[in-house]
Amino acid sequence: MSELLTFDNVWLEYGEKTVLERVDLGIAERSFVSIIGPSGAGKSSFLRLVLGQEGPSRGRILLDGKKLTPECGPDRGVVFQRYSVFPHLTALRNVMFGRECAKAPFTARLFGAARRAAAEEAEAMLVEVGLGDALHLYPAQLSGGMQQRLAIAQALMARPRVLLLDEPFGALDPGIRQDMHRLILGLWQEHSLTVLMVTHDIGEAFGLGTRVLAFDKRRIDPHAPHRFGATAVYDLPLTRKPPLYTPDPEREVLRLTESVITRTHDSQ
Amino acid sequence: MRWVNVRPNQRSAVLLGAVPLLLLVVAYLFAAAARHAANPADKILPTPAAMVAAMRGLLVDADPLSGHLIFWADTLASLERLGLALGICALSALLVGMVLGVLPSARATFGGLVTTIAVIPPIALLPILFIVFGLGETAKVALIVVGVTPFLIRDLADHVAALPQEQMIKAQTLGASSWQLALRVALPQALPRLIAGLRLSLGPAWVYLISAEAIASDVGLGYRIFLVRRYLSMDIIIPYVAWISLLAIVMDVALAQLSRRGFVWAHQASR
Repeated sequence: MSELLTFDNVWLEYGEKTVLERVDLGIAERSFVSIIGPSGAGKSSFLRLVLGQEGPSRGRILLDGKKLTPECGPDRGVVFQRYSVFPHLTALRNVMFGRECAKAPFTARLFGAARRAAAEEAEAMLVEVGLGDALHLYPAQLSGGMQQRLAIAQALMARPRVLLLDEPFGALDPGIRQDMHRLILGLWQEHSLTVLMVTHDIGEAFGLGTRVLAFDKRRIDPHAPHRFGATAVYDLPLTRKPPLYTPDPEREVLRLTESVITRTHDSQ
Repeated sequence: MRWVNVRPNQRSAVLLGAVPLLLLVVAYLFAAAARHAANPADKILPTPAAMVAAMRGLLVDADPLSGHLIFWADTLASLERLGLALGICALSALLVGMVLGVLPSARATFGGLVTTIAVIPPIALLPILFIVFGLGETAKVALIVVGVTPFLIRDLADHVAALPQEQMIKAQTLGASSWQLALRVALPQALPRLIAGLRLSLGPAWVYLISAEAIASDVGLGYRIFLVRRYLSMDIIIPYVAWISLLAIVMDVALAQLSRRGFVWAHQASR
């Protein structure tokens, strides 16, 4: 497998404060990398660097062999824990958004045949994530799990090289979370994705990932805790996947209940 | 049952809301009757009959000098000024507020200027406006614009800047340019806020309108009230004030309806 994402001695510093130090990693294409670690160990900073929200203070990050610009672009998709769908657009329009931006630079809206094509594509994507009967609902009418499904569909429409997940299932109920695990694994295989997922849930990290990175500080100066930064202290490739995700009738019931609640809410 | 848990249903809520208003009217009628019992020529608390008689002259009889029906000419003039001013306010606030909210560099450059203008009491600027624009319509419209726009701009810019950062990042990872981000993400979410801001600004806008009309005008609701004050004509002032309140309520309800119809998503309780 070729290396998609390369970290070459990457540091992230704010003045005196060092957040990340000496991060040297290669992320293979089509891998599912889980990132774990205690709070403040630079997991989210690491994700921000890949996302391009900020640039490294030292070192280089390469995507497909090219240096990453410190600005977000359509080659990297993202799903946050919350707020990553647009509240003023229906599910369908949320998913069409990327296509509309790409094809209509000035109006960011499509009309006629182009619009129908984008809508069809978006609808197929929504059906794939299980939102086939929620096309015209606004995010406020969707449950937390459905909003995350929508956010994933929206990100996948732009066909990103890397999909970044920042604690995507952290706010969901356990039963719904299992459904989402199955969904994201299916999409990962179906779309040949490369996924970087930050999580607090160790079980989730090992259950989903093909590789687990644990971030922490190697050195700590008790008199100046900000002096040293974190890095990937454990890098565990997982070759055998435990059969965690067999269908479970009880969870099916939960999923159905969720969709019934949404429909009742919709009809009021 | 505890008092905090007593919730009136929709019908009784309407009835309950009407009670204080009715009590106010009844109290006025009693006070007016008492004053007229002591002095039949009392002008301070006119009876409803006196008000109807006084208003008939303004409502249906044309003014011999100008040939206008004074009440309607006043209403029209005031609403024209208010409508024109609020239109200018809304458009300019939308434009400037969006730019300040979306572009951090614009906010850094002009944020201080807008804040400075916003703290100037608009009425203190009225003499300047009269000197610059003369005593015509422009100065009156300008007073409302100067008074309301800075508030709207700040409100809108703050709202746009406070939209979740996740949304902005997400839009960029979907390929949106600055322009597309402003047009498709920020603008639609700014519009309901603009309407809410306009509703809050209606009160101050009326204050500025009536102030400007009181000082230099020859037609308008505020002008009429201040004119007839010289003759202690409470029988005209009270109906005019009631009419102004009614107009303000109608405008408020209309804006609320516009927001609810036009931006369904903004009025759904989130789950």
